Amino acid sequence: MDVEVLKTYLPLYNEAILLTIRIGWLGILAAFAIGLLGAVIQYFRIPILKRITAVYIEVFRNTPLLVQLFFIYFALPKIGLRISAEACGILGLGLIGGAYMIETVRSGLESVDRIQSESALSLGMTRGQVFFYIILPQAFSISIPGVVANVIFLLKETSVFSTISLMDLMFTAKDLIGMYAKTIECLFLLVVYYLIMLLPVSIVGTIVERRARYAQFGD
Amino acid sequence: MHSLGIDVLFKGTNMIRLLKGLWVSVEISLVSVVISIVLGLVVGVLMTSQNRGIKAVLRLYLETVRIMPQMVLLFIVYFGSTRVFGLNISAELSALIVFVFWGTAEMGDLVRGSIKSIARIQYESAYALGLNKFQVHYYIIFPQTLRRLIPLSINLVTRMIKTTSLVMMIGIVEVLKVAQQIIEANRRSSPNAAFGVFAVVFLLYFVVCWPVSRLAASLEKRWA
Amino acid sequence: MSDLVRVKHLHKEFDNNVVLKDINLSVKKGEVVVIIGPSGCGKSTFLRCLNGLESIESGAVVIDGLPVNPDKNDIYKIRQKIGMVFQSYELFPHKTVLENIILSPVKVQKRYKDDAIREALVLLDKVGLVEKKDYYPRQLSGGQKQRVAIVRALIMHPEVLLFDEVTAALDPEMVHEVLQTMLDLARSGSTMVIVTHEMAFARAVADRIVFFDQGEIVEESEDVKSFFNAPTTERARKFLKTFAYE
Repeated sequence: MDVEVLKTYLPLYNEAILLTIRIGWLGILAAFAIGLLGAVIQYFRIPILKRITAVYIEVFRNTPLLVQLFFIYFALPKIGLRISAEACGILGLGLIGGAYMIETVRSGLESVDRIQSESALSLGMTRGQVFFYIILPQAFSISIPGVVANVIFLLKETSVFSTISLMDLMFTAKDLIGMYAKTIECLFLLVVYYLIMLLPVSIVGTIVERRARYAQFGD
Repeated sequence: MHSLGIDVLFKGTNMIRLLKGLWVSVEISLVSVVISIVLGLVVGVLMTSQNRGIKAVLRLYLETVRIMPQMVLLFIVYFGSTRVFGLNISAELSALIVFVFWGTAEMGDLVRGSIKSIARIQYESAYALGLNKFQVHYYIIFPQTLRRLIPLSINLVTRMIKTTSLVMMIGIVEVLKVAQQIIEANRRSSPNAAFGVFAVVFLLYFVVCWPVSRLAASLEKRWA
Repeated sequence: MSDLVRVKHLHKEFDNNVVLKDINLSVKKGEVVVIIGPSGCGKSTFLRCLNGLESIESGAVVIDGLPVNPDKNDIYKIRQKIGMVFQSYELFPHKTVLENIILSPVKVQKRYKDDAIREALVLLDKVGLVEKKDYYPRQLSGGQKQRVAIVRALIMHPEVLLFDEVTAALDPEMVHEVLQTMLDLARSGSTMVIVTHEMAFARAVADRIVFFDQGEIVEESEDVKSFFNAPTTERARKFLKTFAYE
């Protein structure tokens, strides 16, 4: 491996990882927002919206992100909906992630026993108070491991962004391999940069999961 | 107003080409899944072993798969193998290697989880009834493990099919690549073909994956 | 004396199964009514109808002059008049003992937090748990949890307290501490409706015994002693026999 080559490539990879992180986390934020909203719709069984949410989940969980991005980026402009590659990446990640987040948050909400709401209702709380003070805090701590797993999944999924010509890590690696044939250096940096991006999240995830499994409130 | 390109698919053999492209992904997935399930059963059982060395190695393997995007693995195998080992591995074989590497880890973890999820008391109550070790595993543990495992492995099939869409990045001509070719070839006559063609690709993936995940979900519910 | 709880011709079904038919019952202020009966006789469902956790098909439940209807907005006001204690405690696991107790006085009744805390500590002291105020529910024993649940209901100053088999999930040695707390409440003049399987306790605490079977009131008696010694109906006799061993 040629260290000089690594040094010349570093700035390009730095730029690429910043782009990946920026789009990745904005997409994850969008996914979380969709997840919360969708889970509330499903939990309260809001008519019509509940149906729409169910269809949305099935569609986005049963198609690859790559195909979704192609559709948003290449197909939608043909009917007049044109958005930038970055916005497309955020939207795509948000939509596929949202479908997974809804399931995670909803199952968190549902794992809180219904009789907990009854006991809160019997204390005179309104449905809204029951949801915000009793159900949501418990559901949230139950969902954390699932949410972290989704975050890791979504950060990995960002690796398809290069197909809509976003200059992310994959794009940079492929480009450099094609131009200079320094394959080993390029792949080495690719792995290192993905580790930088994902290892901390994965470690946090393991800790959180262990705590969620072995400990509850009061430890 | 130009047409939105559905008609392009009915020109010549376009639709058949598209379906053949889809079959390329599905075929790679199915072969990978079958090998992964077989290897995963072995790896999963090994994961429950008490041997520290085995545990550490498998843990590292699982974490690698968890963290590295499949796309990165594809690049390493496809581009890296030529340079490092001087091997000329075809794109198809690279894809197979990566998906089996990934699928085996996933399957192994599912197997481990299913075995671990059976409560200690199940073993104890079976032994208390006078069953021997083989009988306990054959009549009590194995059927319960299987019921948990089957829906999860079916889910792995859909995940595999979705992930194989990545192989176009290493030059395999699958459904997305065919779609691009069709759109390109008809650029002049129907400039809006991208809409119809990609919409159909979207739909095709859904039509393949949706029934499989429904099946997994209903089995999971029935056997819960 | 006025009736605090009045139930008239209450009728309740689950999927075309009649679980409560034509129930008529009144509870006066300061009265302790104990409901007994075999499992599945509808006594817990009846209790849940009283504070609108279950809807009813026909008839009326009136608490302190206000009709109970789960679909109307004043249900939240009415529920503040009714304290309920559950078999499975249902403390909020993400909140400490003190937080559990002051949550609804502060959020629902909009009382000052300091004031709520002060009263919570007085009540906790009465049930001997003041030193546990900063514990989380899972650090408490079942009996302690149930006493906290009772305090949580009491701090709302309810007009009537409902107890739904509150000792059924407890280890035998913890039953006594909870029943003692309830007995103290009864003696201090609280209005209570109690569903229980503890016959000795029922005998000690009840001003009136109501026997439920198959969704209806079969026997009702203010002469508690003679009900237990010689019930007038055959069904009650049979039920009481299941608690005796030859």
